[in-house]
Amino acid sequence: GPPTPATMAAMGLRRAAVAALEGGLLGRVPAPSAVAARRHAAHFTFQPDPAPSAHGQTQKMNLFQSITSALDNALAKDPTAVIFGEDVAFGGVFRCTVGLRDKYGKDRVFNTPLCEQGIVGFGIGVAVTGATAIAEIQFADYIFPAFDQIVNEAAKYRYRSGDLFNCGSLTIRAPWGCVGHGALYHSQSPEAFFAHCPGIKVQLIFLDLLACIRVETLCFLEQVPVEPYYIPLSQAEVLQEGSDVTMVAWGTQVHVIKEVATMAQEKLGVSCEIIDLKTILPWDTETVCKSVVKTGRLLISHEAPLTGGFAAEISSTVQEECFLNLEAPISRVCGYDTPFPHIFEPFYIPDKWKCYDALRQMINY
Amino acid sequence: MRKMLLAALSRVLQGPAAARTGAVSEVAQVVVASRTYADFASEATFEIKKCDLHRLEEGPPVTAVLTREEGLHYYKTMQTIRRMELKADQLYKQKIIRGFCHLYDGQEACCVGLEAAINPTDHLITAYRAHGYTFTRGTPVREILAELTGRKGGCAKGKGGSMHMYAKNFYGGNGIVGAQVPLGAGIALACKYFGKDEICVTLYGDGAANQGQVFETYNMAALWKLPCIFICENNRYGMGTSVERAAASTDYYKRGDYIPGLRVDGMDLLCVREATKFAAEHCRSGKGPILMELQTYRYHGHSMSDPGISYRTREEIQEVRSKSDPITLLKDRMVNNNLASVEELKEIDVEVRKEIEEAAQFATTDPEPPLEELSSHIYCNEPPFEVRGPNQWIRYKSAC
Ligand SMILES: Cc1ncc(C[n+]2csc(CCOP(=O)(O)OP(=O)(O)O)c2C)c(N)n1
Ligand SMILES: [Mg+2]
Repeated sequence: GPPTPATMAAMGLRRAAVAALEGGLLGRVPAPSAVAARRHAAHFTFQPDPAPSAHGQTQKMNLFQSITSALDNALAKDPTAVIFGEDVAFGGVFRCTVGLRDKYGKDRVFNTPLCEQGIVGFGIGVAVTGATAIAEIQFADYIFPAFDQIVNEAAKYRYRSGDLFNCGSLTIRAPWGCVGHGALYHSQSPEAFFAHCPGIKVQLIFLDLLACIRVETLCFLEQVPVEPYYIPLSQAEVLQEGSDVTMVAWGTQVHVIKEVATMAQEKLGVSCEIIDLKTILPWDTETVCKSVVKTGRLLISHEAPLTGGFAAEISSTVQEECFLNLEAPISRVCGYDTPFPHIFEPFYIPDKWKCYDALRQMINY
Repeated sequence: MRKMLLAALSRVLQGPAAARTGAVSEVAQVVVASRTYADFASEATFEIKKCDLHRLEEGPPVTAVLTREEGLHYYKTMQTIRRMELKADQLYKQKIIRGFCHLYDGQEACCVGLEAAINPTDHLITAYRAHGYTFTRGTPVREILAELTGRKGGCAKGKGGSMHMYAKNFYGGNGIVGAQVPLGAGIALACKYFGKDEICVTLYGDGAANQGQVFETYNMAALWKLPCIFICENNRYGMGTSVERAAASTDYYKRGDYIPGLRVDGMDLLCVREATKFAAEHCRSGKGPILMELQTYRYHGHSMSDPGISYRTREEIQEVRSKSDPITLLKDRMVNNNLASVEELKEIDVEVRKEIEEAAQFATTDPEPPLEELSSHIYCNEPPFEVRGPNQWIRYKSAC
């Protein structure tokens, strides 16, 4: 049978997340003053993807709604599926489980106490019995108490039992990435920690872009197909074809590099190929390397700090595979090697200007 | 300074007592002369709610003496915290404070009562709902508000924000729920090791009480007889989840099992003070840790983005406000027992408001920290080094 490692699906979120935070559990959003609005404007412009055509009729949703819809489908199709986490019965902090308890009952959608290690360990237990366990960790920043359960228990269960057991039906969802004023503990991008662990799958998605709930399950695009459908993990998507530079990102950063591609085309006449990696582990080496063979240049960008970030892994693999094709050193545009700062967020993030600057230097190399 | 001023003020207000100490300045004499405070009682005794006990033969006393001087001090401190939080709320709505911000109004009797029963040399650690403790541990309001607005003059240099505030013998201000609890035991070990008769007060919420590391810590603290007061501030909710929904036993004072415990009315600062004195004495006498549950209530939602009424009713909040508000309770006691007049308490209110306004002025005009701060304080005992930046061309020199 197919390998069934546990999946860690994480969703990216940002401004909309804060809006949801403020409007969800949470309610009023005071009108910002003009000054505040200017100072705190998002550092990227969201560009919707074209509506997918392969899966029939679509419906417009934001990320949170599309996740709710995916979870709804999972509960409807799979009678063993259960959802649990802090406050999920009331819809969760990000409103991703709104209405599900009422629809499927409180034995299938329930709140847990505040105990991340327990939540994940419990989820593994549910999953090894063959049921579908969908755990929510409120913020990726709070996943670390559960790190041991994920890395030592979930990831190795099947391997160490010689396939007598597995917890491939466990999905852990955690919102990640900078949200605007999230400061040290509501902003981190922990993907690289998990990417170092064979046995789990790490999927990263961004608001309005893609919501994925688990291995070979249900995925939705912005124009969300009305009927449930599956898209495979570990498959990157070429969002725009180009000939001079390959740019790779995931989550929100995809929107940043899209803008950079437009700037590069307009100001430098440089043609960029944009790849949304989507899955960090196992990642789609083929799509990336094929692209670099064509363009000869690679820029990778993520919010997490530079050192030991997942860009390092991509960079190293690509130079092995495409050494003779490279026209310039591979460029990584990432967060600083500092904790995620409280007030320096706009300065910390790898925005379009930093990416553009790196791209120019590659072209002039 | 604040405390000195206050002490001076209350001496002045006290009249006869001040005369006894002979420390009345000319100005003060003028003030005294213009008022007739000599009629006030210098102290009164109050019956307070009996604590529930776990593994204890005897508990804290059921009466407490409150002197006029203490009362005025507590009143001003609680009122300052209340006003500071309301100011923070206002600044948040104006988008001057951003991000995550957790307010403490409603719970003032906990931090003020606690502080009244321990020494400044004792140690304290709590979670992210830290503004009140930051103040009672000696940080001026302006530095707290400036931390909230992310300014240079903030108590963590603008680098921490609402959740991360610190002061002498106050270890924060911790963002990960429950994570501060084992640290508290470590601090208590240091107290014991250095033999200084100091203790550590380790605070956490009712939600945090369900984290595994809390139980790991109970065990270590009891095993090594550490001078640690564990305090569960039970404000009935962890975010949107009420205690009944999250805890198999809501008797938080018993959840240390082999650790003796007290359940205390956390809305009455005298109860908190007496219970803490009792607990501190327990720790100092070498009996090991003790656990206190303070039953309290937060008026605001969990954080600024939570209106706080989707999981509890407006009536519930109103009921607590009208029947058990910690400030009103103290005020009524003082006024009804001739410890203070309504007018002089009003004067304190005016004074507090003014202080808060000035602090807010500072917090909104003080500059942000310089950009270099991004890369300072990452490693200790390291010479300045190059912090790797977003790409191979951008680096940052760490300052310290
Ligand atoms: C490990 C972890 N999980 C989740 C959170 C998100 N969170 C912040 S506060 C909170 C509720 C805590 O409630 P409680 O301990 O009762 O403290 P209170 O807010 O009532 O003071 C939650 C779930 C967090 N900060 N850390
Ligand atoms: Mg609580």
